[in-house]
Amino acid sequence: MKTKLTALAVTTALVAPAAMAQEMTIVSWGGAYSKSQLKAYHEPYSAKSGVTIINDDSSAEAVAKLRAMNEAGNVTWDVVDVVAADAIRLCDEGLAMEIDADTQLAAAPDGTSASEDFGDLLVSDCFIPQIVYSTTFGYRTDLVGDTAPTTICDVFDTDAYPGKRALEKRPINNMEWALLCDGVAKSDVYDVLATPEGQDKALAKLGTIKDDVIWWSAGADTPQLLADGEVVMGSTYNGRLFAVIEEQKQPVAMLWDAQVFDLDGWIIPAGLSDERKAQALDYIMFATDTQRLADQAKYISYGPARASSAPLVGKHAELGIDMAPHMPTDPNNAQNTFLYNYEFWADYRDDIDAKFQAWLAK
Amino acid sequence: MAALTPISRKPMSLVLPTVAAAGGFFGLFIGTSNGSGTLGVLIGALMAVAGAALYIFVLKNENLGKWLTIALYGALGFWFGGIAAAIIGLLYGWFIHWFSYWLYEGRYRARLLPYLTPKQVLWHYTFRVICGAIFTFLITPILVVMPLSFNAQDFFTFTPEMLRLDPAGYSLKHYQDFFTNNEWQRSFKNSLIIAPIATVISVSLGTLAAIGLSQSHVPGRRAIMAIMISPMIVPLIISATGMFFFYSQIGNWMEGTLGLNKTFVGYVKVVLAHAVLGIPFVIITVTATLVGFDRSLTRAAANMGANPVTTFFRVQMPLILPGVISGGLFAFITSFDEVVVVLFVGSASQKTLPWQMFTGLREQISPTILAVATILVGISILLLATVEMLRRRSERLRGMSPT
Repeated sequence: MKTKLTALAVTTALVAPAAMAQEMTIVSWGGAYSKSQLKAYHEPYSAKSGVTIINDDSSAEAVAKLRAMNEAGNVTWDVVDVVAADAIRLCDEGLAMEIDADTQLAAAPDGTSASEDFGDLLVSDCFIPQIVYSTTFGYRTDLVGDTAPTTICDVFDTDAYPGKRALEKRPINNMEWALLCDGVAKSDVYDVLATPEGQDKALAKLGTIKDDVIWWSAGADTPQLLADGEVVMGSTYNGRLFAVIEEQKQPVAMLWDAQVFDLDGWIIPAGLSDERKAQALDYIMFATDTQRLADQAKYISYGPARASSAPLVGKHAELGIDMAPHMPTDPNNAQNTFLYNYEFWADYRDDIDAKFQAWLAK
Repeated sequence: MAALTPISRKPMSLVLPTVAAAGGFFGLFIGTSNGSGTLGVLIGALMAVAGAALYIFVLKNENLGKWLTIALYGALGFWFGGIAAAIIGLLYGWFIHWFSYWLYEGRYRARLLPYLTPKQVLWHYTFRVICGAIFTFLITPILVVMPLSFNAQDFFTFTPEMLRLDPAGYSLKHYQDFFTNNEWQRSFKNSLIIAPIATVISVSLGTLAAIGLSQSHVPGRRAIMAIMISPMIVPLIISATGMFFFYSQIGNWMEGTLGLNKTFVGYVKVVLAHAVLGIPFVIITVTATLVGFDRSLTRAAANMGANPVTTFFRVQMPLILPGVISGGLFAFITSFDEVVVVLFVGSASQKTLPWQMFTGLREQISPTILAVATILVGISILLLATVEMLRRRSERLRGMSPT
């Protein structure tokens, strides 16, 4: 038996290199999001090029893992999906490759250059934006009484809406919302948050509901808590809420007020061999063209990052509902919004994180 | 079993408080889930006492009392919470009636030795209740998972349809997802490749090491033993970090210098890392078996002209086989359940089942994980049952009585 197994292993080893087609490892977030990428990008790309794509759902720890891989000289990832803030960090540390948008990305069908088509969303030299998503609140329609919440400050109003709330276990977004509901004008939020007094003020406001908060750390937590009725309202990514409401038919509705826009996109790790780099660039060129970005919106309610993709957004591939009204960027939903402030959080993240964690433990 | 002790009716001062305590205990659960634990305890205790008093003073007919109680609690359950609650009610009704008579008629003494003091009798049953409670705490989380894996929704939630036992609330779609989803299938396949090979390596090396280390003339054998079983003691995350850097170097060398395929090298790295984790289990179980091994047998074999290899396979191996098998089983389960090391050492092409479950749990709470967990529990039960049956069979064949 033992010899048979060894023989089997050896045969596999000898046969494998010849039979194996080209492979690439693409790292993403998992869940419905990876599924939308599979349908919109991976499947058509594999059909076109014959490359086998392997998914690794490790985006949550992408920065740490890329650092370790780089140190060990063993980068196994070819293309990595990260949020813009992580892309900026990776780019600064030299762990991601710089991309020239105009020569290495596809132009729009009407000839507009890629750098113009993406516009302001190219927040880093290494980052190829893919989608605009937002962090916003969903609430249980059957648990909020007769008047549904309409503003962000209803989250802090435990008298009108008793029950637990789910908030993300990190200061980003929570601090902004707290200040906004503590009477700070929207334009002053980051000026106030830059001062220690402002940070204390935000934490004090969060302190008023601390006993009613369930802190989440994975995007799937809030949908589960809402479906269980454990929380009355909770923040999460808008695409997750779309799945809860439209696909799972749960009694949940969106509170778009003060949603925070953020970007998600690709980076290519630095230090790939020439062959793998060429492969990764070829994939990126294909997966971020106008049609592909618009296709992704058929599977998940995140807005495509290219201006030229917006008019092509159609109906959901399986549910057949119009996707435009579910996009965070739809004018009805985007009446009061924030854009994730990359510079502010790059400068203050460590300090405020420490303060927030200390406050949580109190 | 025949009755050992003649039984007699017990006084109300014993029966009623004990029945009340049992009723209150069950009432606590019902009450807590409906808002007020205290109220639940009170109502549960009162109903149990009323029931016991009714059987003893009014009905005086055991069978009639039984069916009345079952019907009453079943109806109450149905009225409050539908079919599922009705079933619980029926079971509870049967139990509380049986419990009341068991106490009242003194049946609890029937099967115990006549000379036991009341304290010993009390301890006899307390001990069993404690064991039962431990068993319940161990097994309930696993049992809860099973019905949830048939959930028709994509959440870890008992839906109202499920609680009503409505077929619409149940579905096999998560099992279907497991068997049709590429990610799950690939990780399942990877686990089935990695775990057996790692087990074979750990068992071979671990058995040899254990035999060597049990020879009294090996110098420094305590130190060697300590190093060999260190993977079991060092926190996994620390071994994993070390292994990551070590195997990255090895992998680069194998890919660069030997020119081996990247995917194949990935499997080799994970298999070796898992074999290292499995070796301590084999060493420990085989060493323990060797303690009872009679050394004069090897000398006798040598005396009859067998060389050491023949002696090992014909004499020693069959006798220590139970230790080798259970060590191998531990090594297999270690590799099959392992998530930390494979996250570090492996790349996505070696994604194993626990890795897929780990990311699945974090990124999307999908009941497919529960379906997989249920299947794995089934496989584990089959595996353990098979090994146990084989062991008994071989013992029967060798003329020993099964223990």
